[in-house]
Parts: sequence; C-alpha cells; structure tokens
Amino acid sequence: MKRYFGRKLLVYTLTLILAVTVDWLIPRFMPGNPIQIMIARAGLKAESAKLIYSYYMQAFGLDVPIWQQYINFWIALFHGDFGVSLWLFPRPVIRIIMDAVPYDLILLLPAILISWFAGNNFGAFAARSKWLDNTISPLGYVLTATPYMWLGILLAWSLGIVVHIFPFSGAYSYGLMPHLSWTFIWSLLQHWVLPFASLFLVMFGGWAIGMRNMIIYELEADYSHYLEALGAPKKLIRKYAFRNAILPQITGLALQLGVIIAGQLVTEIVFSYPGVGYLILQAIQNHDFFLLQGCFLFIIIGVLIANFVIDVTYVLVDPRTRAGMTGEA
Amino acid sequence: MKRLSVVLSILIGLSMMLGACSPATQAPAAGEAPTSAPVVAPTTAATEAPVVEFPRSETLYTGGKQWGPVSNWNPFMTGNYATGTLGLVYETLFIYDPLTDKFTPWLAESGSWTDAKTYVLKLRQGINWSDGQPLTVDDVKFTFELGKTAALNFSSVWDWLDSITKVDANTLQFTFKDALYQEWANNLYNVPIVPQHIWSTLNAKDVSTGANEKPVGSGAFLYQSYDQTKMVWVRNDNWWAIKALGYSIAPKYIVDLVNTSNENSLGLVLQGNEDLNNNYLPGVSNLLQGGYAMHTYYSAPPYHLAANTAWLDINLQKKPMDDVKFRQAIAYAINVNDIVSRDYGNMVQAANPTGLLPVWDKYVDQNVVKQLGTTYDPAKAKQILAAAGYKPGKDGFVTAPDGSPIALKIIVPNGWSDWMAAIQIISKNLQDVGINVQPDYPDFNGYLDARLKGTFDLAIDNQAQISNTPWSYYHFIFYDKLTDIASTQGGNYGRYNNQKAFDLVTQLDKTSADDLKGMQGITSQLQTIQLTDLPIIPLWYNGAWAQFSNANWTNWPGSGDGQNHNFPVTWNGYWNMTSILMLTQLKPATK
Repeated sequence: MKRYFGRKLLVYTLTLILAVTVDWLIPRFMPGNPIQIMIARAGLKAESAKLIYSYYMQAFGLDVPIWQQYINFWIALFHGDFGVSLWLFPRPVIRIIMDAVPYDLILLLPAILISWFAGNNFGAFAARSKWLDNTISPLGYVLTATPYMWLGILLAWSLGIVVHIFPFSGAYSYGLMPHLSWTFIWSLLQHWVLPFASLFLVMFGGWAIGMRNMIIYELEADYSHYLEALGAPKKLIRKYAFRNAILPQITGLALQLGVIIAGQLVTEIVFSYPGVGYLILQAIQNHDFFLLQGCFLFIIIGVLIANFVIDVTYVLVDPRTRAGMTGEA
Repeated sequence: MKRLSVVLSILIGLSMMLGACSPATQAPAAGEAPTSAPVVAPTTAATEAPVVEFPRSETLYTGGKQWGPVSNWNPFMTGNYATGTLGLVYETLFIYDPLTDKFTPWLAESGSWTDAKTYVLKLRQGINWSDGQPLTVDDVKFTFELGKTAALNFSSVWDWLDSITKVDANTLQFTFKDALYQEWANNLYNVPIVPQHIWSTLNAKDVSTGANEKPVGSGAFLYQSYDQTKMVWVRNDNWWAIKALGYSIAPKYIVDLVNTSNENSLGLVLQGNEDLNNNYLPGVSNLLQGGYAMHTYYSAPPYHLAANTAWLDINLQKKPMDDVKFRQAIAYAINVNDIVSRDYGNMVQAANPTGLLPVWDKYVDQNVVKQLGTTYDPAKAKQILAAAGYKPGKDGFVTAPDGSPIALKIIVPNGWSDWMAAIQIISKNLQDVGINVQPDYPDFNGYLDARLKGTFDLAIDNQAQISNTPWSYYHFIFYDKLTDIASTQGGNYGRYNNQKAFDLVTQLDKTSADDLKGMQGITSQLQTIQLTDLPIIPLWYNGAWAQFSNANWTNWPGSGDGQNHNFPVTWNGYWNMTSILMLTQLKPATK
C-alpha cells in the first residue's frame, strides 16, 4: 500500500514539474508582445508611449533573457507569487482567480454532480426497457450533441428575452452588491437557473448515453450470461452490471471535477457569468502570460488531484485493484 | 468567510429547489430584479453600512467601455482604468466640445497665451477634493511636474515645457522651450489633475502603475464599490459645479457593466436594463424602426456621431505598393458606399478623401479635394493599372510591370466582425479590377505585430481619434520617427517617408489655435501631399456608437433642435469631451 502510493506520488510530482514548465512555455510561444497590446489599448501619444514601453518591459521582468525569466518564475512560485495580470493591471493574478472561482463552483459543481447522478440512473433505467430506450436514448443523443452555446442562447432568448421569466445576464442583479439577504440570494438563484439548465441538460445527455451503452455491454458479458444461466434474479444481474458499468463513469466524473476551475467558457459568455472561463479567453486575447499561467496552474493541480482521487477511489470500489496491490506488495 | 456562507446558503437553497424538481415555477418581474426587488437601501449617516442595493429609479446603467472586471482607478493609466475615472472622479482644466470646437473652462477659470512662449492659467476658486481639502494651483503644478519624475501618459510635455511658476494663489505661469500650441491645448483637456496631499506620498512606481483604490478626486461622482461584473459610482453632492455652474445631476448611482458579448449588451438595452450602451451593435438601424425603445444621436443615417476615421494602411516598403500608380488604382477600385450600406447598414458615413473627420471640415481644402480626390471608379482603376504596365496574367490577375505575380493580403483582427466584412468587400473590389488581394484575419496580436514590424501588405487602421486639432490626425499618419514605430506605436505603419510632410506637421503643431488661416494653409499643403502620394486611403468614419433607452432616463443627446448636443459616450477621453454634460441633462422618465 505504502509503495503503491509512494510511487504514485513520485509520478505526480514529476508530472507537476513538467506540466508547470509547459504551462510557462506555451504563452511565450504566442506571436507578439504583451506590452505592445497594453500600449495599444492605452491609445497614447507616441512620445509618451516610448517611455512607458520601456518602463513596463522592466516592471514585468520581460527585459531579461528567457532562461532567467524561467528561473524567476519558479522562485516566485515558491513564494506563492503568481505575478500581476497584464490585462487587469495591476491586480495580482491570484486575486483575480479567487474572485472568479466561486461563480464556477456554484454553477458547475451542482451541474456536474446532479447530471451525473441523474444521468447514470436514467441511463441504467433506459437500458432496461425497449420502449424507454427507443424514446429517451435519441433524446440523450440530441442533448449531448447540442453545443452548450447554442442551447444557452436558445434558453436566454426564449425564457429571458421573449417571455421574461428569467434574467439572462450576470450572476445576480446589477442593482445589488453581494451581501447576505434574501433579496440577494433570490436574485442569485434567478440568475443561476438558465446557465445551470443549459449545462445540466447537455451533461445529462452525455452521462445517460454513456451509462446506457455501458449497461448493455455489461449485460452481454459472459458473467451476466453465466449468472442468468444459474438462474439468478434479473435484479441481481443488473446490480452487478451497474457496479461494473459505473467505473468508467467515476473516472469521467473525477476528470470533470478536476477541470472545474477552468469554468465553462461559452456558458459564461452567453450569460455574462463572471467565471474563470471568460478570464482564460481574455488572457489569451490580451497575451496575459501571467493570468494564463495562473489559471492553468490551478487546472493542472485540479487534474492531478482528481487523478489521485480516482486512484484512491478505485482502490475502494474496485476489488481487482485492491487485489493487484496486495499481489505486488 | 462571508462568501463561503453565501455559497453554502445557495447550495442549500439549490437542493431545496431541485427537491421540488420544478425550478421554473415562479415568474418574477421582467428580466432583472431591480424593478421587482423591495428597496431597503440603508442610507448614509446612521449605520455607515455600505449601500448594497441600487434603486432602479436612481441608477443609470451604462456599458460599452469595460471589457473585463475593473482593476484600477489610476487616471494616468489610460489603458484600463475603470470607466469614468477621468471625467467622473478626476477632472481636467478645460473640457472640449468637438462639435462646436470650443474649450470650456472647467477646473480652470481661464487660460491664455500672454506671449509666444508663456501660457497663464487662472484656477477656479472654491473647489474641494472629495476628502474636503481645497484644490489649489499647487495641485495643478504638482500634477504636471509628476510627469517629469514618473513615466506618465503626458510625460512628453516636458520635452518642450520648460517650467511652471506660481504667480499668486490662483495663477500659474507655464514657460515653454518650444511652444507646441496644438499639443498643449490637447493636454489642457486630457491631463487629470490629482491631489498633491495624496499623490506626493506615493513613489514613482505607484504613481505610474498603482491601482489607486478608492480614488479621491474633484468630480461629480465618488467611488462606491465594484464587483466582477460592474463598477458603481455614487453622486458627489458637494461637487463644485453645482454651485459654480448651476449644474445638477439626476442619477444618484452610475453602474457601469462589464461587457462580455455584443449579443448580451443588445439584450440588456432592448429590455431597458442598460440605459446607455457604447458597443458597436450590428443591425441597430433595423431595430430602431422596429418599435423598440432604443434611440441614437441621429434618428436617421448615419445614426451615430463620427469618432474616428477608418483608413487603409498600405505598406510602402513592399512591391508593388511602393508604386503610387498602384495605390491610385486601389483608391479608385474600393467601393466605400457598398461597405457603408451593406456592411454597416448605413450606420457610418463614407470618409472625405482627406480622411478628416466631419468636425474638422473647416480644414478641408475643397479645391485640393476636387482636383486630387478619388472616388469609386473601377474602370479608371483598370485604366491606371494598364497604363502603368500592370498586365493581366494567366489567372486573370495583373502582374507587376517586371512580370512578377502579385498576391497580397489585407488584414484586420479576428473577431472584429464589421471590419472582417469590410475587407471581404474590399478584396472583392480589388479582385474585380484584377488585383489579387485576399482577406486575412490574424488575432489582434498578430495584426498589431504585423503593423508594428511593417510586415503586412494592407490593413485597416483607425487609431487617430477625434480631438481638438487635425494635428493629432496628421501626426499619426505622417509620424516621422520611422525607426521607433515598433515601440511608440506612433502611426505611419506603411512607413511613408517624406521630410516635407513631417516638417509641415511640426509646423502645424507650432501654429496657434487662433490662427485658423495659418492652420488651413498648412493642412491644405498636407492634403495635397496626401492625395498625391496616397500613403493611406481613408475609407469611412467609425461611429461614436451610442444606443440609449428612454425607459428610465430621458433627455438624451440628439441632433434635433430642442435636444442637447453632447457626446453620449462613456469611452476614455469622451467624458471630458462633453459626455459629463450629458449627465447634467438627463431626467428621470415619468411613468
């Protein structure tokens, strides 16, 4: 057991170092110079722009050789310093991310979890009857193939603009600042419904289809037939099939939770929801090395943690993994 | 901690709702909460608790400038300060009205040139900073001198300004090494005056690049709060102009919303949730006729005031663009009216061949334009090409006189949909006369880089904004430091090199703004050079996009007789070009 996790930990550490290096490299491969973009947006007179250009190059440490920038990056990272955003200058990257993450969590966490539970149960249920399989499964295919953005715009247009049932912009009313009151919570809920619905429906379709296919596959497996031949009740067979079919779904869930920090770009743009997805898009468009690095660092950590959790979960839910481990030790 | 508890309560609320399994049961009032929410705004004094709800009837919602969460309130950081930092909070000595070409004393009481190299400024008395300290000539002197010690947007003034002396308690004397009248006038309505007692405690780094949270200014609004999606300003009831100029401002709050997409903004304006929007929203001209409560400055084409000129940058360092005949052919081949009607739905106007904005009409030499100006004439374009030795090749496109093939690209940033459509039309026009040009859409960085390094063929550009002087336009298109372009972004991306033109621009800068004849003489010569050599080809005027809703606030600016003629624009640099006066005219809608 110790050796198993020890080895895993080593692999994760190496992966982290490699991923963070790639994370640092990628923005720097983009053509163009971020300071030029800052200057372009400022609309300065030429004579002043010259002064400010050299000032910023120095301020962001972009005037030193690239290898030195890399070393400085690691040093800063160990001090917990993610740098300052270029796009939202002079706000520290960590603050920008922390301000946006709660919105991703309240949107994505329920959407992923609820769609997972509902989708899996529904998929398993649908696989049982021909009638349901013929009606629900096509619907699932349609849902999962729907682009988030398209469904989002459709919902915003129909329920937001045409019939005015739900607001379609922002995380809460623009007339409020966050505070603890029923007015605020009610507003937050109202604004949450449409983006949540657009995410939930698409994800639900995906999980349901996945589960349905998996169950059918498991029911065709030798052990199912063997059980059937032994005269085991249908319910028992399905229980076994479900337990086997859920394994890949758990992996999928963990991976989705791992990238939760990345937000949902298109949903956030359609509904003006202030999450990390929108930040990443803007960071790319504005050549914001530091913000982009920061966002991806969180994603890397999220994915690694998710993978680790999968490892642990498999030990708990899959006896075969457990057996393999003791066999080794 | 507070946020955590908020999140928790939401999650609980959520599970309750989902348990009931019908999240769409109740239909609250139209779209946004402000109309329906019971308003219990804890007012000032007693509790000191910050206001967290902004009553709809007292709030002006704006949008269009802020493309990301607000991050700084430093009036010297023109790149990304919060909407209105200059204008609502920090003010300038004068404000300038481009439509009437008039300077109005603002923080200043008056100002004039007493001799060729001396400018005397009298400061308005009785103005206080929002923290109660008086605004004095020392603050003004200090502000300008900050440009010497820190890298600021107006620092270059010290290349030609010599010294500032305090004459008496309300008078300053500016002595110049080299009097650049046009540029100085521009600074008078663009340099934000900051309080010495606060800014003198900051180091040079914080002055240039500090966030300056909770700004203390002299203007009509005060910092209230901000979050991920908006900036909130609250009215300053002690604003000096209330007494001094008799102004009053109706909206108590200004909430400036962060843009994420044009579609979202359009939805907000159509529902009356955003009162003023300054995005380019395609199709607005159709919606104006559609019975929506949405309005623009002009009720007929071009709907919007002109803000800047879009022109074609031509890279003169490359063949065959270095041939003036070839450039002439391009100028005759482009059908600007087609772009205006099909791409923009008549929301813009075709530009004068000189590219000078409508507000600079008096500087246009009509004789020069009549003689040298180009208009759409594809037959003539073909004729010019043939006469200059450009013969059709096998593929139907012309080849250079030396027989080499021509294949050019015209670039605009990806995602700028109106420009993308425009260069499709332009490419088609040029192909029709036999010039092989293809549209190309690099991302903004690629576009910027190609122009700064001079690697592009053709590009659309519009960086010279409306201002008090045509000098700023000519300074841009005839920018003379050719080797510095990459770091200064000074303009002239086609690298046009003509010392005579450069000298004329400098001479224009040194001409007094009162000397209209002298200015016209110089601009006329510049127009002759420009229209003869065609270093750029002006195309159309981009609008000061502004769509407003009468649902909650009325008496918006407009071109009509009884209307006020201020700029309804929240972009940087427009508050001090009369947009602040727009606020003084707004009235609550009667319901």
